[in-house]
Amino acid sequence: MNQVISAYSGIKPGQAWVNGGIEYRDENFITFAEFIKPFFKRLNLGYPKFYKMDPLSKLGFIASELIFKHIDLDLYDKKRVGIVLANSSSSLDSDLVHQESINNRSHYFPSPSVFVYTLPNIMIGEICIRHQLKGENAFLISEKFESSLLFNFVNELFLNNRVDVCLTGWVDLLKEQFEALMMFVEPTGLAITEENSGMLLPFSEETMDDLYKKM
Amino acid sequence: MEELIEKLKREVIEQLNLEDISPEDIEADSPLFGEGLGLDSIDALELIVLLEKNYGLKIEDPKDGKKIFHSIRTMAEYITEHKKA
Repeated sequence: MNQVISAYSGIKPGQAWVNGGIEYRDENFITFAEFIKPFFKRLNLGYPKFYKMDPLSKLGFIASELIFKHIDLDLYDKKRVGIVLANSSSSLDSDLVHQESINNRSHYFPSPSVFVYTLPNIMIGEICIRHQLKGENAFLISEKFESSLLFNFVNELFLNNRVDVCLTGWVDLLKEQFEALMMFVEPTGLAITEENSGMLLPFSEETMDDLYKKM
Repeated sequence: MEELIEKLKREVIEQLNLEDISPEDIEADSPLFGEGLGLDSIDALELIVLLEKNYGLKIEDPKDGKKIFHSIRTMAEYITEHKKA
């Protein structure tokens, strides 16, 4: 069975795009928080839980929302929507914040809301909660973006009939360095509509490498 | 008491990252959980940390939490009562 990428999004410092078109641009920011907060507000999602997420989850959440603006999830069985994400820094950004809060034994106040984000797959949980997705999911760690890792994992899910569609990608963030590439993968037959027939990309390592290089 | 209530509102907003909420939006007697501010279980833990960090108060029996954290006013009453002791 062949799969296609029916939507994709990317975020890097200063800009974000969806399906190849620029979605948001802001060069006048210093911190990730200064970049992502106005971007979130502009999306007008009305989802206050966003503010409680750690930076990695915020990045993944926004990248997924950019895709779901173009995908009608109600067309799919939510128990068969998979999510496979990867990065290199795991949840280290939040791990360091947590470490800082427990360094001083005489001022020992670890924050529960920071601690819950000391696992990278919590980001997947945030996306699932938002859209009530209950399919297979996995978070993979690799030193750098590796299209073969994502491709093989997602392909196995399709081959073993574990998912109908799958959100996959790379979401990495550490100490103000961040990048996200997210793709929605589905079988050819499901995805083609009159509206998007010219936009579909073959789901392959080459396509993913190409999209990542364009970031 | 009213001064403490206003201080607590600001502290709760900061501690729980309630970005779009201002102190004026929080009624002192409104429930913090459920239909009130819609706080969750992690927020409950953060409130426990807030009491300990800012007021030196430890909640010994978790069952007391429901009563103490019912509203901003019940939190203020608990602080006032236990700070005096």
